[in-house]
Amino acid sequence: MFRRLLLTLLAPALLSACAPDAREVVVYSARGEQLIQPILERYAAQTGVDVRWINDKEGPLMQRLLSEDEQTPADLFLTVDAGNLWLAAENGLLQPARSQQLNSNIPAHLRDESDRWFGLSVRARTIAYSTERVDPEMLGSYADLSDPKWRGRLCLRTSKKVYNQSLVAMMIAGHGEEKTEEIVRGWVENLAAPVFSSDTRLLEAIQAGQCDAGIVNTYYFGRLQKKDPSIPIALHWPPEGVHVNVSGAGIVRHTDNRDGALALLEWLSSAEAQQEFAAVNLEYPANPAIAVDPLVAAWGEFEPDLINVSRAGELQAEAVRLMDRAGYR
Amino acid sequence: MRASSYWTAVAWLIALPTLAALTAIVLSLLQPDAETLHHLRRFVLPRVTFNTITLALGVAVLAGTLGVSLAWLTAMHRFPGQRFFAWALVLPMAMPGYVMAFVAIGLLEYSGPVQTLMRALFGDAAGLPPVRSRAGVIVVMSLALYPYVYLLARNAFLTLGAQALEVGQSLGYSRRQGFFRIALPMARPWIAGGLMLVVMETLADFGTVSVFNYDTFTTAIYSSWFALFSLSSALQLAFVLLLLVLVVAVAERRLRGRAAYTANAARRSVPVRLAGYAGWLATAFALLVFLLGFGLPVVQLLAWSLEAGQPDPRYLGTALRTLLLAAGSACLVAAVALALVYALRNAGRMARLAARIATLGYALPGTVLAVAIYSKLTAVNNLLDSAIGALTGNAPGLFLQGTLLAMLLAYTIRFLAVAYQPLDAAMQRLTRSYDESARSLGVGGWRLLRKVHLPLLRGGLLTAMLLVFVDVMKEMPITLMTRPFGWDTFAVRVYELTAEGQWEQAALPALFIVAAGLLPVILLTGAMRHAVAAR
Repeated sequence: MFRRLLLTLLAPALLSACAPDAREVVVYSARGEQLIQPILERYAAQTGVDVRWINDKEGPLMQRLLSEDEQTPADLFLTVDAGNLWLAAENGLLQPARSQQLNSNIPAHLRDESDRWFGLSVRARTIAYSTERVDPEMLGSYADLSDPKWRGRLCLRTSKKVYNQSLVAMMIAGHGEEKTEEIVRGWVENLAAPVFSSDTRLLEAIQAGQCDAGIVNTYYFGRLQKKDPSIPIALHWPPEGVHVNVSGAGIVRHTDNRDGALALLEWLSSAEAQQEFAAVNLEYPANPAIAVDPLVAAWGEFEPDLINVSRAGELQAEAVRLMDRAGYR
Repeated sequence: MRASSYWTAVAWLIALPTLAALTAIVLSLLQPDAETLHHLRRFVLPRVTFNTITLALGVAVLAGTLGVSLAWLTAMHRFPGQRFFAWALVLPMAMPGYVMAFVAIGLLEYSGPVQTLMRALFGDAAGLPPVRSRAGVIVVMSLALYPYVYLLARNAFLTLGAQALEVGQSLGYSRRQGFFRIALPMARPWIAGGLMLVVMETLADFGTVSVFNYDTFTTAIYSSWFALFSLSSALQLAFVLLLLVLVVAVAERRLRGRAAYTANAARRSVPVRLAGYAGWLATAFALLVFLLGFGLPVVQLLAWSLEAGQPDPRYLGTALRTLLLAAGSACLVAAVALALVYALRNAGRMARLAARIATLGYALPGTVLAVAIYSKLTAVNNLLDSAIGALTGNAPGLFLQGTLLAMLLAYTIRFLAVAYQPLDAAMQRLTRSYDESARSLGVGGWRLLRKVHLPLLRGGLLTAMLLVFVDVMKEMPITLMTRPFGWDTFAVRVYELTAEGQWEQAALPALFIVAAGLLPVILLTGAMRHAVAAR
């Protein structure tokens, strides 16, 4: 019985070891499977190209690419957060795409200067506030949330989430380290509750009255608003520029199917794919020519921070140390 | 070759894959990253060290108390519902800790239904003490982990035998004295083994503590690695974690000394009937733990699943593969652990060191171990690739990667401790005299194992398989890293959905983990009862 079970287990294991088809595109993805599956399946159906993907967290996926080196089966690396894309490029895991089409579809501040990765959707991290207890006139920049008038009224998510690390990194890029540390200390003093481990919980805390304002990615608010259109929370766009991050992709340095990876990447930046790629998670398309989802459009237009998002990667470690020092857990 | 050196070699062979995976951690000591280390020492380590130690101690005490007291109640007493609780109290194990944490916080937070109701009834000032606190993590983790102690301690009490307690009675011990002076000391290897698993899992945990945002050594390892980009500092912290586990293990062994734990279990002791209010008190206690650890979380998950709507059509295939993987690994890991305890029985001290190393995989944060295993596997594969290429002129590439073989190997490294602890404890009950009498009858070698030892080890073996089965179903980082295309388990589904914060959608796959855990729990606890009864 045991022997038979072992054989049943081993047979497919050995079978699955056969060489991959050369035309197939293999994607290593740290973007949630339910967010990429529909669109990759559509590409496969339209072009007849087989697309396979492996999902994991970005850190392990990068270690995997590092250790597989020249032998990797991966062709395209897809992840969330510019810091991760920057790190992948920095570690020599990606190669330049050099594509006219990609350069014209994706704005310069949302892609790597050496063409190694391209943002495919934009995630805006902005201020959410209670419409019952906050006068929108009170709201200003991210820095203003450190003002003592917010004492006991602010909610934040943990500093361990990369979204906050990127936000603080971009603030360092904008204000310098000293000023940023002062702001972060002010935030911590204003906290109404220990930092949360998810944006959704944070928004629920605002709704329940535990605090009045917080910083969140817009799509988390979108999900709650979709369920309950009358939710008493609104989004505020800081006038000096809204912090944006990307989810994006790059061609794996040691791919054995560069053409296939490039074709898929170009398609993902095209009008056809962009709409769905962003809309499935209520994000913003990276390609500015594409209209946003109506629910998202209703939040109004905003001025994004135009500093290249790769700075978030360069300054991430500095941002994390700063938050540790300031007691932002 | 002498038998003992043969068995020492076997023990080291079993330890070899773990040893290989751990080399990167040891080698990291050679390249300190001064800047990051300085920062960690000053701003991070003091807090996380204190947090980690209080968490491990708190969970050990609470899970130990729950596990031992419930095991004593269900194994040696009769009370209303006792037969049900005997197996039902194992079930919280099937509930991944991070899921339980999420449910607890969702229910008890300021914005959750309980506090909202309290404010509606008693005004805005009403509320609960903060859930996301040290006490909160300790309680949730203890509820998720006490079954390890429960299962092992129960096994110990069931195999204790009637005579031991009767001796106590003849000495004038009360029931309570009998427990503290006889049963508890004689169950020590089991309880210690269970506690060892609880402590290792607490130290390695990332999922539960991050839901609580409670910083421990493990979260510091992850931040050093993925936020400060300092792999060497992360591995050095992991090394400290391993040292800590080794110290705890060695200290426990020392304390245990040379005591022997054999028992003549020819006759099971007759359970004591708890009459009147004592019986109902026992029922209430067992019910409370069952509800908190299993009932309430399941109800909440059910409510979320109904909200989330249509189940994914792929779930049938996922269910099949999850079960197949868990069952396959349970058999494999239990077999390897059996070989290891057998080797220890027949070999000297060097073999014990091998066993220590071989079982360290359970104390490491999952992602660290997953990456360590994967890079070693790639290195071995590259060697094989060039060797085969040189011999046949046709290099096969990374043929091991993404096969079930690699995945099972990784699970073995991860979960060997889980199978080893119950088997090692069970082995304590086998005196040498069994072997000697068997040999005098001309029974030796494999027949000795099959005819004499295996039947006596059955309780331990079944416990080992059950623990590994459930652990594999909950496992995330190694599954994510080593699974072949399409071999997603329910834990992978849960990960996909929770990574983007869609907890409500993740309720259904989480429920599948729990449901799939039910079957082996019922089967194996039933089989265990028979195994003990048949002795």
